[in-house]
Amino acid sequence: MTTLLLFNVVNGLIIGAFYALMALGLSLILNLSGVINFAHGGFLAIGGYLAYTLMPYLGYWGALLVSPFLVAFIGVAVERVLIRRLYGRDPLYSLLLTFGLAFMIEDGTRFIWGAQSLPFQIPSWLGAPLSASLFFLTGYRVFMMLLVASVVIGLFLILNRTRLGLRIRAGTLDLETVSVLGVNVRVLRNLNFGLGIYLAGLAGVLASGMLGLQPTVGDNLIMPSFIAIIVGGLGSLPGTLFGGVLIGVASGVTTVFLPSASEAVIYAIMAAVLIVRPRGLFGEEGRF
Amino acid sequence: MWKFDKRAGDVLVWALVLTAPFWLPALGSYVELGTRVVIYALAAMALNFLLGYTGVLSFGHAAYFGLGAYGTALTIKYLCPSTPVGMLAGTVLGTAAAALIGPLIARLRGVYFAMCTIAFGQVFYFIAFQWRSLTGGDDGVSAWHRMPLDLGFTTIDILNNNKAFYYFCVLVLAASAAAMAYLLRSPFGRTLLAIRENERRARFLGIPVDRHIWMSWVISCFFVSVAGTLFTLMNDFVDPRAVRWDQSGNFVIMAVLGGMRSFWGPLIGAAIFLILQDYVSSHTENWMSFVGLFFVLIVLFFPRGVLGLIRRKSAS
Repeated sequence: MTTLLLFNVVNGLIIGAFYALMALGLSLILNLSGVINFAHGGFLAIGGYLAYTLMPYLGYWGALLVSPFLVAFIGVAVERVLIRRLYGRDPLYSLLLTFGLAFMIEDGTRFIWGAQSLPFQIPSWLGAPLSASLFFLTGYRVFMMLLVASVVIGLFLILNRTRLGLRIRAGTLDLETVSVLGVNVRVLRNLNFGLGIYLAGLAGVLASGMLGLQPTVGDNLIMPSFIAIIVGGLGSLPGTLFGGVLIGVASGVTTVFLPSASEAVIYAIMAAVLIVRPRGLFGEEGRF
Repeated sequence: MWKFDKRAGDVLVWALVLTAPFWLPALGSYVELGTRVVIYALAAMALNFLLGYTGVLSFGHAAYFGLGAYGTALTIKYLCPSTPVGMLAGTVLGTAAAALIGPLIARLRGVYFAMCTIAFGQVFYFIAFQWRSLTGGDDGVSAWHRMPLDLGFTTIDILNNNKAFYYFCVLVLAASAAAMAYLLRSPFGRTLLAIRENERRARFLGIPVDRHIWMSWVISCFFVSVAGTLFTLMNDFVDPRAVRWDQSGNFVIMAVLGGMRSFWGPLIGAAIFLILQDYVSSHTENWMSFVGLFFVLIVLFFPRGVLGLIRRKSAS
């Protein structure tokens, strides 16, 4: 029983780490640009597929390093060409546009790489369990958790210790003033979008090592990421991180006791948060 | 000038809708496409009650559409093989769910409202997907069909006569449209417009804004679940795709494409969208890309929709 519980808590932590990684990217874009990026799951899939294609040339580690940057580059281009035109307009339009993008990316990946699931090879020494008694704790899972943790720490260091991060945080509060102070807001939003998409691409590479690759790989991750943002509170990145881990672990623990409710508990948490605290656990009053 | 145009527009819309089954086959199409347009038009008009006339963006209407569909299908299959009873059950189910969820989200605005409607919409997708013993999971609810309408003195065979079913759907659309138009013309509807135009001012005037948004939400979901009941009757089948989030997106794009600020806009949007989709999906396997591209192009170049464009032309 304890092993089972431990197994599912670890599992929940890993899933939660994915949710958090996705949700942090979504949240960055949403906070600064007011755009809900429906295509986030699509960018995640591109990350996985690009890594798959690059692997024969660069090896696993090279692909893990390069692929998210390529995805971020695509994200920056998409922002420049399409999303930028919609800033300041009704959020309806950016939602519809990214919605259409999600369709196109899903169909595009299916066209290029095929509809069937592709195997994604991770280095074999990473796939082995660490010890016989904790059979579920493969090196890959530990590695994933450590990597996500360090990326998240890195993200918060960027946000709190660099000039770019300072501008992003300031822009979240009051973009107009930041612009008046001489910051190029267009570039700022562009970079910020790229940063968010980078996180999606990274999550894509990591997730394909665990779940395999299908064009719809992002679909199952994007809804919980929305919920992570709602639970954590709009406008708060630590809240988003907490929300992601919370719903991941909660659904992991529920799997032990009531497997069929493991999805439902996520939505129950969201409903409870909306009743008790509509702005989310760490959200600011009156932001939305 | 505009007043005349509007009445002429109404007449034109109804003339086209009422004669469609006779000229659609002649154009190489089929009656079912017309039926689909009528059903989706009702769904998009219901969404537009909220989106265009209350100014609140819902991206989760597929949930209530799907609840209407599942309620009807399950009632006819297991409880009572009667079309009107099934429709009633489906509509009640969808409206009740909306009424329960409404208070949770009526306080939220803008992007936050949209996100929460998406997330709550997904709840029902998961239920439809995972409650296999009841909903059949991924396979959907099949092995049932709609029943002819028994009016006592005569029966209307909407099962085998596809034109009769088309006109049945048109009748439901007409009744729903009339009800929505009546509501929008009433003081209640004017209050919704006031909220759309300036929520803060409406609040200062003592209007209970959250309660009005809740009511508008429930009314909108009521009509969308009516559309859902017709949808499942048309297919004699329902599966979780009817509840999925891409369905909600379709409703929104129809409303936008036709023109959110006009009453008949969503109908025109539904017609254009479905005819295009029908054409593209019969010519290429990659129709999803085209639909996605269509979304992008509408947002970039056509945000006011067809009727918005016409209206601006006639105003200038």
